[in-house]
Amino acid sequence: MDLRFTPEERAFRQEVRTFFQENLPQEIRQKMIDGRHPSKDDIVTWQKILNKKGWAVPNWPVEWGGTGWDPVRQYIFLDELQSFPAPSPLQFGVYMVGPVIAQFGNEAQKKHFLPRIANIDDWWCQGFSEPGSGSDLASLKTKAVREGDTYVVNGQKTWTTLGQYADWIFCLVRTDATVKKQEGISFLLIDMKTPGITVRPIQTIDGGHEVNEVFFDDVKVPVENLVGQENKGWDYAKFLLGNERTNIARVGVSKQRIRRLKELAAIERVGDTPILENPRFREKLAALEIELKALEMTQLRVVAAERTREKGKPDPASSILKIKGSEIQQATTELLLEVVGPYALPYAAEDEGDDHLSNEPPVGPDWAGPAAPTYFNWRKISIYGGSNEIQKNIIAKAILGL
Amino acid sequence: MDFDLSEEQRLLKDSVERLLADRYDFEARKRHGREPEGFAKAMWESYAEQGLLAVPFSEEDGGIGGGPVETMIVMEAFGGALALEPYLATVVLAGGVLRHAASPAQRAEWLPGLIAGETRYAFAQSERQARYDLNDVGVTARRDGDAWVLEGEKSLVLHGDSADRLIVSARTGGSRRDRDGIGLFLVEANAEGVSRRGYPTQDGLRAAEVSLSSVRVGADAVIGDPAGALPVIERVTDEAIAALCAEAVGAMDRMHRLTVEYLKTRKQFGVTIGSFQVLQHRAAEMFIALEQARSMAFLATMMAGEDDAEERARAIAGAKVQIGRSGRIVGQGAVQLHGGVGVTMEYSVGHYFKRVTMIDQLFGDADHHLGRVARMGGLIAA
Repeated sequence: MDLRFTPEERAFRQEVRTFFQENLPQEIRQKMIDGRHPSKDDIVTWQKILNKKGWAVPNWPVEWGGTGWDPVRQYIFLDELQSFPAPSPLQFGVYMVGPVIAQFGNEAQKKHFLPRIANIDDWWCQGFSEPGSGSDLASLKTKAVREGDTYVVNGQKTWTTLGQYADWIFCLVRTDATVKKQEGISFLLIDMKTPGITVRPIQTIDGGHEVNEVFFDDVKVPVENLVGQENKGWDYAKFLLGNERTNIARVGVSKQRIRRLKELAAIERVGDTPILENPRFREKLAALEIELKALEMTQLRVVAAERTREKGKPDPASSILKIKGSEIQQATTELLLEVVGPYALPYAAEDEGDDHLSNEPPVGPDWAGPAAPTYFNWRKISIYGGSNEIQKNIIAKAILGL
Repeated sequence: MDFDLSEEQRLLKDSVERLLADRYDFEARKRHGREPEGFAKAMWESYAEQGLLAVPFSEEDGGIGGGPVETMIVMEAFGGALALEPYLATVVLAGGVLRHAASPAQRAEWLPGLIAGETRYAFAQSERQARYDLNDVGVTARRDGDAWVLEGEKSLVLHGDSADRLIVSARTGGSRRDRDGIGLFLVEANAEGVSRRGYPTQDGLRAAEVSLSSVRVGADAVIGDPAGALPVIERVTDEAIAALCAEAVGAMDRMHRLTVEYLKTRKQFGVTIGSFQVLQHRAAEMFIALEQARSMAFLATMMAGEDDAEERARAIAGAKVQIGRSGRIVGQGAVQLHGGVGVTMEYSVGHYFKRVTMIDQLFGDADHHLGRVARMGGLIAA
């Protein structure tokens, strides 16, 4: 047992950090530090830089552009990426549909889609949730009926993150309604330009436009866009969700948010005293840091165990990562609200994203603006990816055997 | 980055767990606790035979050259069995002082008896007014020719009533709360002027109030620098906290298992109560608290050997906070989910709850260490 990183691992971390320092445009980094959303262009610019370096899809099989890093290096890379902070490569392509295509797709799909996902030539979004299918995802109703060489898709998806930019959507669709619900689902890749698709924005409580509803009205999808076998889509979805959970703790994000909190708490004063020197605030912050340190150690235990796990089979302990990771991220947003105090109030339209740019100067310190919107927006973290209550069900059943 | 035990460490874990499984079930523990010393002398002899008392000592001192990981393995197993023997007092605390500060001649004289299980030690450090402050030492040691004369009261000396020898911290200079001017002295428990009042603690272990009245010791009883012992005391306390974190994890793990087992067997309303989601979620929350505690016990173990005192203290204080908080969640949950039986003396779960609660009160509770972490600037590098 040796819980230190090896000299090689520490050198790797430095190499990653140096690359970020030299290649991430400062303007994008500053946006991340300020807690603002990177734009579509920011994400595309950065992912192309990463792809040129060969680091856009480190988690993929080597023959399709993966780096072949072991789980510890994969972890170090993400930790550096998040804590630097740099934008993540587009989740829906790199961590979701890419690995599914690489694992279950046919050769033509791999050759066509994978290089384009790595280089973010296509923007992907996810079509899983439906208005009637949230935690009970397998109850989904969007149906695909095969007619000759096409599937005709009808139904509705929701919570489609950044779907407004998407060129493609990967969807779970019902192809057999007569069998057990998990056994009649297929995994389809759908071109967003296909006639019959409508995207409607959903505004979230922070005022932002991140998620959408996507409507399918007699949308014709060529059968060659089916991934794997018909009616096996649930297996592929479980594989996808398993990959998603390994990165769900977002320890690096919380580290960066805590560093930022300390910076701002050193500037903001109550009377003559920086908030950072208020013992009550410091203890709250210290308590959060202790929880985060524990989470980081738990994450490393899961990562170390991953070396001997079958790929795509998530460790049920990753439910701990989801629950604690989301609680800690949310707690950082509460503390930031506390730091900015009254200047949490002014609402700036620019928080609504690129569509609503305003020339008005912000009211109060310019770093206070994102505090309340982030607090509101990040309530989503304990809801998405399997709500924290679902995660407790998983722990109770898969680990405790209840 | 590697959480696996080595071959030797696995063997150590297997052997200590087997020994306790054979001879330390809950009924046996009740018997052990009724012995005159409050623990099983026969178990102590077995620990010596199996080499457990030799674990942290170097091979040249007659030990097996184990480190914090080996201590963690032993303490976690003791936590699972709620072992009553003075391992923490003798091997971790007093043994730690001897490892870090005693001269080669002193180690050669004292360690063989300790390792053989013939001589038990206690660490007489805390005092009534000191609470958790290690530098608050009011007992005095006055030089008298070649000898030293010790005077004052030590309190809450773990297993001090049954120890053969005491390692006493005493002030050789400065005022009561100064960091400098503290020395460590070996005192025979039956020396003239030493009186002890032993008593049980809430968790079924033992402690003593120790009174020192003109106790004379020779120059050869001074361990290390007679005016500069505080760093040793701090280091040994950090090691003891790391060991207690492991013990607490062992106890919490067992408590959690007992609870899950109970949820699977206890029936009400015609079904096992584990089928109720509200209880499943509480058990899941206990599991999360347990695993977070385990993670921090690993961190404490890793940092127990760290030479940079501030880095060590920061991490170990953080671990103690986590252990205290997790102990509440797991302990209270275990009692609650057991219902009435959880608050009875005759069932084991309440005893685990009590031990974990008392571990929080030892060497600084969660609140004390949270304050320290806050003052040291947190755990996440700026």
